[in-house]
Amino acid sequence: MRSRPSVRSRATFLAAAACILLPLPASQIHAAANGARPAPAATAPEDGQWTMPSKDYASTRYSGLDQINRQNVARLKLTLSWDTGSRKGQEAPPLVVGSTMYLTMPFPNNIIAIDLAAKPRPAVKWVFRPNPRPMSQGVACCDVVNRGAVYANGRLFFNTLDGQVIALDAASGKAVWRTQVGNIMKGETITMSPLVAEGKVIVGDSGGEFGVRGWLMALDAASGKVAWKAFHTGPDKDVLIGPDFHPYYAADRGKDLGVHSWPADAWKIGGGTAWGWVSYDPQLKMIFYGTGNPGPWNPEQRPGDNKWTTGVFARDIATGRARWFYQSTPHDLYDHDDINEQILLDMPVRGQMRQVLVRPARNGYLYVIDRKSGQVYSADPYGYINSASGVDLRTGRLIPVPSKAPQEGRVVRNIGPTASGAKDWNPGAFSPRTGLIYLPHENLCMDEGVMEANYISGTPYLGADAKMYAGPGGNRGFLTAWDPVRRKAAWKIREDLPLWSPALATGGDVVFYGTMDGWFKAIDALTGKLLWRAKLDSGIIGQPITYRGPDGRQYVALVSGVGGWAGAIVSGPLDPGDPSAALGFVNAVRDLPKRTQAGGRLYVFALPR
Amino acid sequence: MSSPCRASLILLAFILLAGCDREKRGMTHEPKPETMAFVPSGDPRASDYENNAFQMSQGQRLFMWMNCVGCHAHGGGGMGPPLMDDKWRYGGRMEDIVYTILNGRPNGMPPFKGRLTEQQAWQLASYVRSLSAQPRQDVLYSRSDEMSITEPATLKERNAIMNEPPAPGHGPGK
Ligand code: HEC
Repeated sequence: MRSRPSVRSRATFLAAAACILLPLPASQIHAAANGARPAPAATAPEDGQWTMPSKDYASTRYSGLDQINRQNVARLKLTLSWDTGSRKGQEAPPLVVGSTMYLTMPFPNNIIAIDLAAKPRPAVKWVFRPNPRPMSQGVACCDVVNRGAVYANGRLFFNTLDGQVIALDAASGKAVWRTQVGNIMKGETITMSPLVAEGKVIVGDSGGEFGVRGWLMALDAASGKVAWKAFHTGPDKDVLIGPDFHPYYAADRGKDLGVHSWPADAWKIGGGTAWGWVSYDPQLKMIFYGTGNPGPWNPEQRPGDNKWTTGVFARDIATGRARWFYQSTPHDLYDHDDINEQILLDMPVRGQMRQVLVRPARNGYLYVIDRKSGQVYSADPYGYINSASGVDLRTGRLIPVPSKAPQEGRVVRNIGPTASGAKDWNPGAFSPRTGLIYLPHENLCMDEGVMEANYISGTPYLGADAKMYAGPGGNRGFLTAWDPVRRKAAWKIREDLPLWSPALATGGDVVFYGTMDGWFKAIDALTGKLLWRAKLDSGIIGQPITYRGPDGRQYVALVSGVGGWAGAIVSGPLDPGDPSAALGFVNAVRDLPKRTQAGGRLYVFALPR
Repeated sequence: MSSPCRASLILLAFILLAGCDREKRGMTHEPKPETMAFVPSGDPRASDYENNAFQMSQGQRLFMWMNCVGCHAHGGGGMGPPLMDDKWRYGGRMEDIVYTILNGRPNGMPPFKGRLTEQQAWQLASYVRSLSAQPRQDVLYSRSDEMSITEPATLKERNAIMNEPPAPGHGPGK
């Protein structure tokens, strides 16, 4: 380890000492909760580790560890900090397996193993450098981020920006296999974190801004050979749609809709990537994930529903065959990639226990969908929406507001949510103790003008100019505690900047998240009260985690490093003089360069001994 | 209901209906200094293209049509670096920019040789330099090709093509 743990000693630790609340006895918490619990087969008993970014297959981002709790979190202190050397957006979490921590870096996607048990202090064990091709940086739409590696059965699996899937031996850091699956010459990159289950590594592409033809594939975890590949546009056989495909809504039924819901041949360059999160239900043996935006952004060039973009697929993990699909945003108008997380819950719906997935979508609606049938039980706005007036639960269809539809030759003003959505990729966390989902999200609006886009392989296929700014109320972000059973927010925290970091919930009833100007915050999971915060060197867009260290103590860790689409103004750096920079996001965060700086740094916190 | 109370309710309703906050606009095309001591171009074609309004506006058209705009936005950058600032990774002379455009650069700038003629590359270079307002002001285009979310290079604010009042939204905006 390079230096002694050191945060700038001026780092502010705001102890909300005056108002420490007594924790509710467990019985009371359960009384207050709503009956929602994670899908039992998709979670495991707490082992104090953090082996995959979403924590478990249900994607709860919840750890049962409770040494750090709402009574004592105000005493949290920095125990370790280490400069990763990266200056790009850090969206990946640390993983902790046994006594080793693994960091995943943005391009050039180095993997760093740290021995947490080393004496006198943690030390780097090995570094793996995949050396992806530098050219890939030009075709990464939104900073050169990576959302994390996954540990399973002695191996680490991760993706590189230039389209490789790599398996490492976790003990030695040596590559076991590498498989090239993306083609950067067409604009295909990979930024997502894989899902590893049933001996398969599930991977999807990025590049929806380049007119790629999106896909999801499974590689054999042992050999790296491609087991199946499903495209998200084109004929049914390419989409792996067959006799066992039973979508709930009529609009998603019919032959070769991936061809017929497009103008001739447009599906070949139609986007529909899969760069977000995949959840897995081991009982149903089904994976659930969403597809990205159709290309180009200009909707006038692609009349039709543009299947199978901007919707959610359920697939059989062994064969990849589609079981159902629900298109949350048919004929997407605003780059509303549907790639956000799906949290697998069993919970009462109108009085009856149901197996559902809960999805806070980019389009601003929070969907509760039946895992087996694909039926939408509810779709409620969790953020500001003026581009749609609701979701028709009979047909499943989003109801757009016509005056907000982009058209060539005019600029439409004040569209909410923006292209980046009411929430983008950064997932929320679910606590079974409160029954609430803690959603870090945005509150932005945009102006958009569209014009004809020209397809040139390897260059952006957009045809749109956007400019974003604060939404109603002037605050650009929210942390919303959402009650999925009662279908409403329990409470909300206004944040000045858009929230681009995921949340973490713990058995101590503390929720952690970070802000783009570098405040790492701990709040009360029951009330949202701020209990502790620390100012980090760089803004936070990374995924906080918690683990039990080799010494038996509970730690909270994350890597700071502002960037991503929202923070590209700093990590680029980009020029705030052009409101359309970073596809319009720069305009919404012009103040960011004055409030933080680029730089990746690992931070680990614990209670004083 | 007493009238001050009603008035405040109306005010509240107005605030709730106000929708998205419009934001302030600043100037964009302020001339930027060159990073390095200005090295005059060694290529005689440079001044023909750079100080010619026609060539520059052709370059602007190509900048949109060849999708430069997708990576560099209207100069502020995105997937590619900003072109409106005073920093050049590979040199800011006309011939450096022409070279960049035709041959590409290693960290993600695709080569456009074969997709553009040399003449078009010079036209583009002229426009690229205009983004940091290097050419003479009288040559700059007064009209942007883009959809009006950005201001023209001559610093005047353009009227919006369509300006509608903020529409009421739904959902917990507050
Ligand atoms: C696919 C994205 C992409 C496209 C399309 C693209 N660029 Fe670039 N451009 C880049 C990247 C990335 C760099 C930085 C390359 C490097 O540092 O090696 C760059 C660099 C440049 C530079 C050099 C800037 C400097 O500081 O020296 C110029 C000039 C430029 N581009 C102009 C253009 C023009 C003109 C077009 C259209 C014909 C264009 N680019 C299209 C991504 C792109």
